[in-house]
Amino acid sequence: MAKNLTPKTTILDAKQMARIIRRMAGEIAERHHGDLSSLLLVGIRTRGVPLAEKIAAEIERMEGAKVPVGTLDITLYRDDLSTVGAQPLVKGTHLPRPIDDCGVVLCDDVLYTGRTVRAALDELIDFGRPRIVQLAVLIDRGHRELPIQADFVGKKVPTSQSEIIEVSFLSTDETEQVRILERPEPG
Amino acid sequence: MTPNTPIRWRRKDLLGIAELSPEEIGLILDTAESFSEIGERAIKKVPTLRGKTVLNLFFEASTRTRSSFEIAEKRLSADNINFSTSGSALEKGETLIDTALNLQAMAPDLVVIRHAHPGVPHMLARRIDAGVINAGDGAHEHPTQALLDAFTIRRHKGKLAGLKVAIVGDIEHSRVVRSNIHLLRKMGARVSIGGPRTLMPVGMEKMDVEVAYSLEEAIRDADVIMMLRVQLERQGRMAFPSVREYFQLFGLTTARLAAAKDDVIIMHPGPMNRGVEISSEVADGRTSVILEQVTHGVSVRMAILYLLSGVHEETV
Repeated sequence: MAKNLTPKTTILDAKQMARIIRRMAGEIAERHHGDLSSLLLVGIRTRGVPLAEKIAAEIERMEGAKVPVGTLDITLYRDDLSTVGAQPLVKGTHLPRPIDDCGVVLCDDVLYTGRTVRAALDELIDFGRPRIVQLAVLIDRGHRELPIQADFVGKKVPTSQSEIIEVSFLSTDETEQVRILERPEPG
Repeated sequence: MTPNTPIRWRRKDLLGIAELSPEEIGLILDTAESFSEIGERAIKKVPTLRGKTVLNLFFEASTRTRSSFEIAEKRLSADNINFSTSGSALEKGETLIDTALNLQAMAPDLVVIRHAHPGVPHMLARRIDAGVINAGDGAHEHPTQALLDAFTIRRHKGKLAGLKVAIVGDIEHSRVVRSNIHLLRKMGARVSIGGPRTLMPVGMEKMDVEVAYSLEEAIRDADVIMMLRVQLERQGRMAFPSVREYFQLFGLTTARLAAAKDDVIIMHPGPMNRGVEISSEVADGRTSVILEQVTHGVSVRMAILYLLSGVHEETV
């Protein structure tokens, strides 16, 4: 965790997260009923990946269908590379199948400005022409800077811009929860 | 972030391997690993360096390195301009410093330079704001070649530490060998170099390598063999009586490979002289990874262009 951040509230614990992800998986499965075989879940690094994996596991449990999971590293498509300082680490993109004519559901932990999703869409399109692209996010915290909306939302959380949403998954962090952290007042 | 935040790239330039830390080398290799996937896409291009200008200055002939840089630049969406010796102002009597100042006036973001004289990229790096990448300076360093060699070895062996790497051939005229020794020693590999005495500079032991004067001795139990090109064009005098004799003594053949490990891989920085330093049977054989080196060269150069184009708050 970055320093100088004070935890304010825990908005979801592990149990609540699991319930919400189950509901999202149900919604995705329902929307793609009949074409589950062409469904592809794509997690945006870092924490979109465990979300996509959990949704895939739930869909498999409910429908008995194995949905492939891909990983998108949007670093090379960011619009702020010339301002962020030393270059961020590039961890790589991996899509398990050609995406032409697939139903792609992009997964990310938090939807905020929409800039990450813009970058993800640009990268995805370089791989082919999916039949449809949808967006699933665990938390929608508002403050969009681009005209982007999610198709599947776990929880809407009104936030102020001095707050940070911290999503933790067991596979990437040591715990599983969603917290609001407060950035210190500038100056 | 986490206590062991991975290191970030802080340098403006890539001039040699000698000054890099093992962590910096690891960062370049890991980043290159991520870039290698782009070469397998239908659209082999990412927008990362859009609007950046890269000058490729080749004051010495090069096909492979220059095209590799050009492809890497284009895959990152940079605009690139090529200068080569013939027809350049340098041939018309301009001093190197004037050339540098003129280049600076064009405000490039990155400059890739190859020059016959050691230290020219370093001089340029001090004079201009752009990041400078050394694409070979005399017989001094050729960092991107050493990095792509290391990348290729890591792909096959999973690591560099603990391996024995034999480098055989024209040690004296090779910049590849110096960069490779620096890199491999920093990463914990053993290096043995071999070649005729006439092509072996004195004092190579000081670079912490084993020196051998026969091919068999150099490649004994090697995990990796790098054959160097006999640079006939760089030799003022013939260092050996005939090409035929060189091949008989130092040419890598299937029979001679028996001295190395069973899973040895064969590398060559190119261009190869078939029948001089390497037989066609070995060059095209099962153990050869020579063409893979070329493929990986693009990924490694993309990684370097990407890392150097960051914003540098502090310069090392």
